[in-house]
Amino acid sequence: MTDPSMALAVEQVCIALGGRRVLRDVSFRLEAGEFCGLIGSNGSGKTTLLRAILGFVRLEAGRIRLAGHSAGTGLIGYVPQKIALDPGLPLRARDVVALGLDGARLGPALPSRARRARVDEMLQAVGALEFAEQRVGLLSGGQQQRVLVAHALVRRPRLLLLDEPLANLDVRSTAEIVALLRRLSRDYGAAVLLSAHDVNPLLSAMDRVIYLANGSAVAGRADDVVRTEVLSSLYGYHVDVVRVHGRVVVVAAEASEQIHAAVARNPEHTAPVP
Amino acid sequence: MSVLLSVPGFLANEPVRVALAVGGGAALVCAVVGCATVMRRQSFAGHALADVSSAGGSAAYLLGVNPLFGFLGMAAAAAGVMEWADIREARERDLLTGVVLGAGLGLAALLLYFDATVRSVSGAAVTVLFGSMFTIPASIVPLALAVAAVALAASAIVHRPLLVSSLSADLARAQGIRVRAVALTHALALALAVSLSAMTVGAILSTALLIGPAAAALRLAKRPASAVVFAALIGLGATWGGIVLAYESFYWTPGHGWPVSFFIVALIFCAYLIAGWRAGRAGVRRAPHPSGCEGT
Ligand SMILES: Nc1ncnc2c1ncn2[C@@H]1O[C@H](COP(=O)(O)OP(=O)(O)O)[C@@H](O)[C@H]1O
Ligand SMILES: [Mg+2]
Repeated sequence: MTDPSMALAVEQVCIALGGRRVLRDVSFRLEAGEFCGLIGSNGSGKTTLLRAILGFVRLEAGRIRLAGHSAGTGLIGYVPQKIALDPGLPLRARDVVALGLDGARLGPALPSRARRARVDEMLQAVGALEFAEQRVGLLSGGQQQRVLVAHALVRRPRLLLLDEPLANLDVRSTAEIVALLRRLSRDYGAAVLLSAHDVNPLLSAMDRVIYLANGSAVAGRADDVVRTEVLSSLYGYHVDVVRVHGRVVVVAAEASEQIHAAVARNPEHTAPVP
Repeated sequence: MSVLLSVPGFLANEPVRVALAVGGGAALVCAVVGCATVMRRQSFAGHALADVSSAGGSAAYLLGVNPLFGFLGMAAAAAGVMEWADIREARERDLLTGVVLGAGLGLAALLLYFDATVRSVSGAAVTVLFGSMFTIPASIVPLALAVAAVALAASAIVHRPLLVSSLSADLARAQGIRVRAVALTHALALALAVSLSAMTVGAILSTALLIGPAAAALRLAKRPASAVVFAALIGLGATWGGIVLAYESFYWTPGHGWPVSFFIVALIFCAYLIAGWRAGRAGVRRAPHPSGCEGT
């Protein structure tokens, strides 16, 4: 590796699924310990890109480089989108984390003090110690997300990928999970790449953002990317990036005219946003 | 003499000893494999394998070979086909399973007809479909126990990767688990479990031994290891208890005892009801966060 601080380099990646080009010429880099949002609307290719980094999807062109190892070796932490934890599964939160540590091993799991200590440490790090003995399927969405993060991080990967971990969380859990991931990425020196369809919960936490639209990507610091000119050229039509009360709203031209009109009429209220 | 009065007399009886050995092995394997099967939501596939295996059992009577080979061959072939098809979508998998099940039973109907007409093996149909533990030949015991050992070993080897795969295939793949190889190993263990179970309680009822104890145990257990232990206790208890009751039943209706399979399935059903009642009381299924709000 030429650059020891590099965690992930995606270089001119093109991916086609079912004969349709989903991603075209996508390039970006992640440094070790960086916290990065992968933002795009439904169907923009976030899941596809994350699965490609894991080595599940064949690249049509380009390449993906990982620090110190290659894809498919199990050294990337991963939290998939929409994973349904059945309440009927006889698995405690603790068991799920232990499976992150050595779930790929064959043969029976022998109890060991070192193993237990690592699982406890990870449960503590994500704030899941208090419900560690409960069935994971019975936990709330935010609690399950913490357990899955612990499952993904317990082997200390250099790169952690999370696919829409904030979907289905309420406002408070969302803020807690973002703060947790931000802290873990620093503490463990792991680069975190997290997909989301809304940029707002991540704005203050991100070191870097990647916007996906129309199969293309722009990457950079949030302040440089979440701007009217940059996003308009990515979307291929004019969009306005409007900042209201510290939130960012990206609106297409027509809708934005309506919002401006509404704000002009009634400046007391924040405009209804799509 | 009644078992209650003479345990040595009960155990001296060769058909009883064979039933205890083969039935016990089947119950143990079914408990272990059954837990994984229920957790993977493959109960229907397990039932289909059993129905298909009945064609193998019927063929074995026609050819005059060891019926365990028949059950095993067909169950393994069907498991191979269903895993090879590798259908992810639940609805389509159910459809394929249903079609395979129907084809297997149809073939069994034909072969059982030939058993009765060509070979005039009387009672083959009842034995294949509903089991007849006291007529299992002693010569089967070593083979049955060997099959049980292989199934248990296979389950023990893949149990951790299998657990991760049942959480999510992508999660497993990300850890470097070879999901298809693990699934295939489990499918073969399932075929072995089903064939042993078909040998004891019959092809139709074998699902009861495979799914019943596991389903009851999963209601009670909080962790995978205890689920397997509970399932094994329930399965062994029901099987051996059923054998004892069937032996006793010779004294209830003099001249003819009641079928062992009936007692085994009845005991498993009771265990399932009791487990559900206990789980309800212990609140295992109740949500643990009383406020019901999201987050920690
Ligand atoms: N297996 C597939 N075959 C064909 N097209 C697919 C497949 N998977 C996803 N797609 C398409 O690729 C695009 C990107 O999907 P996805 O990566 O899931 O988007 P996102 O995660 O951003 O919602 C979508 O248009 C989707 O329809
Ligand atoms: Mg997605």
